[in-house]
Amino acid sequence: MSMLEARGLEVSYGQIKAVKGIDLNVNPGELVCLIGANGAGKTTTLKSLAGMLAPSAGDIHFEGKSISGRASHDLVRRGIALVPEGRGIFGRLTVEENLRLGAYARKDTTGIRQDMDRAYDLFPRLAERRRQSAGTLSGGEQQMLAIGRALLSRPRLLLLDEPSMGLAPILVQKIFEIIRRISAEGVTLLLVEQNAKLALEVSHRGYVLESGRVTLADEARALLANPRVRQAYLGG
Amino acid sequence: MDIFTQQIINGLVLGSIYALVALGYTMVYGILELINFAHGEVTMFGAMIALAVMGALLGTDLPGILIVLMGLAVAIPGCMALGFAIERVAYRPLRRAPRLAALITAIGVSIVLQNVAMLIWGKQYISFPPLLPVVRYEILGATITNLQILIIVLSCLLMAGLLWLVTRTKLGAAMRATAQAPDVAGLMGINANTIISITFILGAALAAVAGVMVAAYYGLAHYHMGFLLGLKAFTAAVLGGIGNIAGAMLGGLLLGIIESLGAGYIGDLSFGFLGSHYQDVFAFFVLILVLVFQPSGLLGERVAERA
Repeated sequence: MSMLEARGLEVSYGQIKAVKGIDLNVNPGELVCLIGANGAGKTTTLKSLAGMLAPSAGDIHFEGKSISGRASHDLVRRGIALVPEGRGIFGRLTVEENLRLGAYARKDTTGIRQDMDRAYDLFPRLAERRRQSAGTLSGGEQQMLAIGRALLSRPRLLLLDEPSMGLAPILVQKIFEIIRRISAEGVTLLLVEQNAKLALEVSHRGYVLESGRVTLADEARALLANPRVRQAYLGG
Repeated sequence: MDIFTQQIINGLVLGSIYALVALGYTMVYGILELINFAHGEVTMFGAMIALAVMGALLGTDLPGILIVLMGLAVAIPGCMALGFAIERVAYRPLRRAPRLAALITAIGVSIVLQNVAMLIWGKQYISFPPLLPVVRYEILGATITNLQILIIVLSCLLMAGLLWLVTRTKLGAAMRATAQAPDVAGLMGINANTIISITFILGAALAAVAGVMVAAYYGLAHYHMGFLLGLKAFTAAVLGGIGNIAGAMLGGLLLGIIESLGAGYIGDLSFGFLGSHYQDVFAFFVLILVLVFQPSGLLGERVAERA
């Protein structure tokens, strides 16, 4: 059974329909990516899955229960975390405070402490800067903080929106290494990326979005070899 | 008697009260970018509720200080409920409306509350019963009363408590996160509506204490007292940098001192032409100066830096 399943998902901004009936599913343990051009509806899809936008039609099921229309603060408690586009760091809070807020919904003090240590293990840079206000971090460090913070909610499903955006190539490599590691630790991931090549290389499966619709869905390897995908998203 | 020291003392007392009320303005602004103009009226309700309770207990042979404390003990939860209700009824339905709508609503709530208070307690001034025996102390050539000391100390304790809450606790971090990016705070599992309610409730509790302080200090309360007090506290919040909690404290104390010194020296400065009843002019003079020359206030960030 799928962990996450969306059927006929539609999301609108006022009169404008950004997502026009998407079907997608993510199985437990999978790493799935959504690729597509700017404005294809990737971020909108992710936001509605995380409860930041209410779908105007369709259904979303998570672990067998309907979650459409649920607010994000509720979904975190059910095990869905989103690293939003642009990272969403609380710049005036310290690095440590940002991380701690990731565990806001949890009550298990010892577990939180262990997970804080794990986050600092995963991102030693953050440990060095724990008392610094997060707004002073570089873009790459902020992305690490955003991912670390999302992990502190102990998600079963982690949604990542454009984790490579605005980062130097060496940092992009680093972030993808970490994504692979999180996946290997058993967290199910749904990844939205402009960098289709990198995304497909780490993913098991992928969906191609065009103007709010899924136009292709396949194994990541097959998509990488697909001439249409190669031409449109992988630079020929 | 040293007039300068005396005016500083008076200014600190007044300023601590302004600071307590200013915190309510600034906390709500920090989260909703809304000027809650009804906040002055919450302060007034604090004074009125406390006086009503104290009036009812006057005949009993309870000690005076206990009667005052019981007045406070009813006024605080009363104002908390009022603050909560104002947000739920008047502001929440307008969360996505243009900001002007919320601002006009705030003024409307303020008028409604004044009239409700007038209907309940009448138009006359209500005097604060002489429950607290006045003790005067001499300090550096000036006089300070036990009530003045109490007001300053209690205000400082409350402000220190609030600072601790906001900077050191999980709830405080959630409040700051919600103020900065409510959508992302939601992703952390923070329910923004709960945080907003708590903000209103905290501000109202401080306002209740401030209202009782004002009534005790001037010995009077009146259904209209929240209006000017609210405007001055708002000025204090702007002076410190609206949205900034430490700024509201600083702005409140500074405004109290400016007003007090101004009132003390205006006679000399204008060669006897203007008297100390022009005290209120200074607050608004300060407001205009701040808005013209430093709109972000003393500790506020530049508006452009707000994400």
